[in-house]
Amino acid sequence: MPRTGSAPSRRMPLARWAPVLALLLAGGAAAEEGIPSLTGQPGDAARGRAIVATRQRGLCLLCHAGPFPEERFQGDLAPSLAGVGTRLTEGQLRLRLVDGRRLNPETIMPSYYRTEGLVRVGPAWQGRTILSAGEIEDVVAFLLTLRD
Amino acid sequence: MRRLLLALLLAGVVAEARESGFVLMSPETQAMQRDDTANPGMLWVEEGRALWDSAGCAGCHGDVAGMRGVAARYPAFDAASGGPIDLAGRIAQCQEARQGRTPFPRESEEALALSALVGLQSRGMPVAPPEDPRLAPALARGDALYRQRRGQLDLSCAQCHDANAGRHLGSSPIPEAHPTGYPLYRLEWQGMGSLQRRLRNCMAGVRSEPYAYGAAEYIEIELFLMRRAAGMPLETPAVRP
Ligand code: HEC
Ligand code: HEC
Repeated sequence: MPRTGSAPSRRMPLARWAPVLALLLAGGAAAEEGIPSLTGQPGDAARGRAIVATRQRGLCLLCHAGPFPEERFQGDLAPSLAGVGTRLTEGQLRLRLVDGRRLNPETIMPSYYRTEGLVRVGPAWQGRTILSAGEIEDVVAFLLTLRD
Repeated sequence: MRRLLLALLLAGVVAEARESGFVLMSPETQAMQRDDTANPGMLWVEEGRALWDSAGCAGCHGDVAGMRGVAARYPAFDAASGGPIDLAGRIAQCQEARQGRTPFPRESEEALALSALVGLQSRGMPVAPPEDPRLAPALARGDALYRQRRGQLDLSCAQCHDANAGRHLGSSPIPEAHPTGYPLYRLEWQGMGSLQRRLRNCMAGVRSEPYAYGAAEYIEIELFLMRRAAGMPLETPAVRP
């Protein structure tokens, strides 16, 4: 009795998964398109590099390594940024910076352009995004130059 | 007898799966913690010894050696508040309720000195959280606080200390966040600090607003961390980079 009783709940008919799968796929497709420019202006790659390489500003190298020979201590919590400009398009890079949780809700990468849904933000940072729209565009422009 | 030995061995194996932040330190810093003549935390312990007599603890408790094992089972249930109390809170409660004096403020050199002295009496003993069902709600809140994403960087304790322990945040290896060494001497602080000071550092690190010293949230987190570290040896006063 226990056997037959537990079987149906374990084996979910494929049909019941179909809508879930469709949703996931659609979400994935939207994610692949990325998001359009936040400013309508092209970013400045040199400024973007400075943001990424300055630990207190971009915080990127706390988690990522990358082609920054002058930065001795780079983290190992995330994939290397080397070559990321060949792996992802401009829109995809922007999406990952703006709010990576749209792709992976569990990610440890902070959303650099989001203020809602945060808990106990320190007074100095309340209502402020980690980077400004212009800074995000600068970082995106820089990441696109990382081609090997 | 054999079975008991086996159980003890197994417990040892399980405990070894968890690592104190000590393991991630440089050999020099490890040596500093191991050698009482080099461990700066022992200066606070010595101050604590003087206070034990001068502040009147000895009058009720006698020799401080009688405090053996105490630090291993805090936070404990406190009938007065109906919730958990940490060791520093208990010391302050003794001063206030039994001695009728203003307690040394949290994080004052005196409070750290007394906590370090009492903590040292349990050094090497396994963390032994009390099996008190009245602590269950606070323990559950501590668990939830540990998993709560917080701050502008939107990170939880668990995301760093469970999922990424042993990896590097910049140049810092991420420890498993065991509370076994507190109060401890941190080179970066150039001084002694409590577990609450450490938790405030981590909270500020994710750009979150820390709670005030003594807040219930810290004690709930400590309760959870001590449960998670059950069986690990106490290291007070530890040294950290
Ligand atoms: C606290 C950690 C953390 C910080 C800080 C961080 N990231 Fe990330 N990042 C990650 C992780 C982890 C991933 C992997 C994807 C995931 O978790 O969903 C990632 C993924 C990425 C990706 C996609 C990489 C690929 O190969 O697919 C890019 C691009 C990126 N990050 C850029 C940045 C930049 C630029 C900054 C700073 C402005 C930054 N990250 C800051 C943790 C971090
Ligand atoms: C972004 C990563 C990160 C987050 C989030 C974080 N910590 Fe930490 N924590 C660290 C690092 C790194 C250290 C080691 C000390 C240092 O370098 O600052 C540390 C140290 C500690 C220690 C000291 C361990 C020892 O061996 O002495 C404790 C306890 C601790 N954290 C608890 C917490 C709690 C509780 C939270 C959540 C409120 C938290 N941490 C959030 C990165 C983090």
